[in-house]
Amino acid sequence: MKLSIQINEGPYQHQASDTAYQFAKAAIAAGHEIFRIFFYHDGVNNATRLAVPPRDDRDVSAQWTALSKEHDLDLVVCIAAAQRRGVMDAAEAKRQGLDADNLAEGFRISGLGQLIEAGIQSDRLVVFGA
Amino acid sequence: MALLHTVNKSPFESNTFNTCLGLAKQGSTILLIEDGVYAATTGHSVAEKIKNASGITFAVLGPDLQARGLESKLADDIKVIDYDGFVNMVVEHDSVQSWL
Amino acid sequence: MSVKKFMYINRKPPYGTVYALEALEVVLIGAAFDQDVSLAFIGDGVYELTKGQNTDAIGQKNFSPTYTALGDYDVKKLYVEKESLEERGLTLDDLQHLVWEDEDDDWAEKDSIHLVSRAEMADVLDDQDIILSF
Repeated sequence: MKLSIQINEGPYQHQASDTAYQFAKAAIAAGHEIFRIFFYHDGVNNATRLAVPPRDDRDVSAQWTALSKEHDLDLVVCIAAAQRRGVMDAAEAKRQGLDADNLAEGFRISGLGQLIEAGIQSDRLVVFGA
Repeated sequence: MALLHTVNKSPFESNTFNTCLGLAKQGSTILLIEDGVYAATTGHSVAEKIKNASGITFAVLGPDLQARGLESKLADDIKVIDYDGFVNMVVEHDSVQSWL
Repeated sequence: MSVKKFMYINRKPPYGTVYALEALEVVLIGAAFDQDVSLAFIGDGVYELTKGQNTDAIGQKNFSPTYTALGDYDVKKLYVEKESLEERGLTLDDLQHLVWEDEDDDWAEKDSIHLVSRAEMADVLDDQDIILSF
């Protein structure tokens, strides 16, 4: 079955991203297709590559990057929510005249239409939040 | 159509569980995850509500229950599932409503 | 492209958190996709629709006028749970009057807000393909 996931919260503050990650891994292991994972609200903060959690804690952002690499996942970060919160890829940072970018590997920034399209194209949409 | 509801907040801190219960139709499933698992234990008023809710299936995400040290306090008639079971439940229901 | 029933669940009041505003932004973008769209206002979500919101002194943008524009985006099914209003001491008169123009009926203005009981809301939720919550 084709599944999509929406994540509304950032890492560490809430369990939402952790649960979504475990759910995604289980869905892939069961042979389902993850059509898209869409990061919205503070969920865009999962996509920063500048987080440095303590060594004995999980690295939420790096986990997503690794899962994406392994299974060719489409990790989409909402551009409007990302701009509000300072999550930028190199192209967007340049366009905005900013001196830095922070989007982690495996994520891409795009519009809210990607969430709607995920709902249209997928058999199920599961939302994780606070 | 059967709906899968997920609740991720403690029923003692938030009204979300009650809201979900009030809008869950017969034949639907309520899955307790994250801090929602506190509803799945015995010895409180919420356990009575779960016992009295007919026609609704209750399930709890085992890993979240274990993490919180409450496996031994689990109420009867609540099905314990893992993440694989969560995925199966999503597939077996027609749509999913996350009560955030 | 197939038409699906899209439901946006609104359960959080405005301004205290960003969920209501960013949910509305999804609704506006989603309107371009020609799906069968409904919004549900449950619990504190009914506070999103109150009239007379004035945010001048809190330094945030008042986005309540955007709800009045939803009709122009062909978003015309806003289900408000009656019990949620009553529990909060509110009536329909406390909410903005939201309408859409029916082109098949000489552009007559029709109410967008449907006041439904909890049982009716349960039926509405049960009938959806994709439910987005924020």
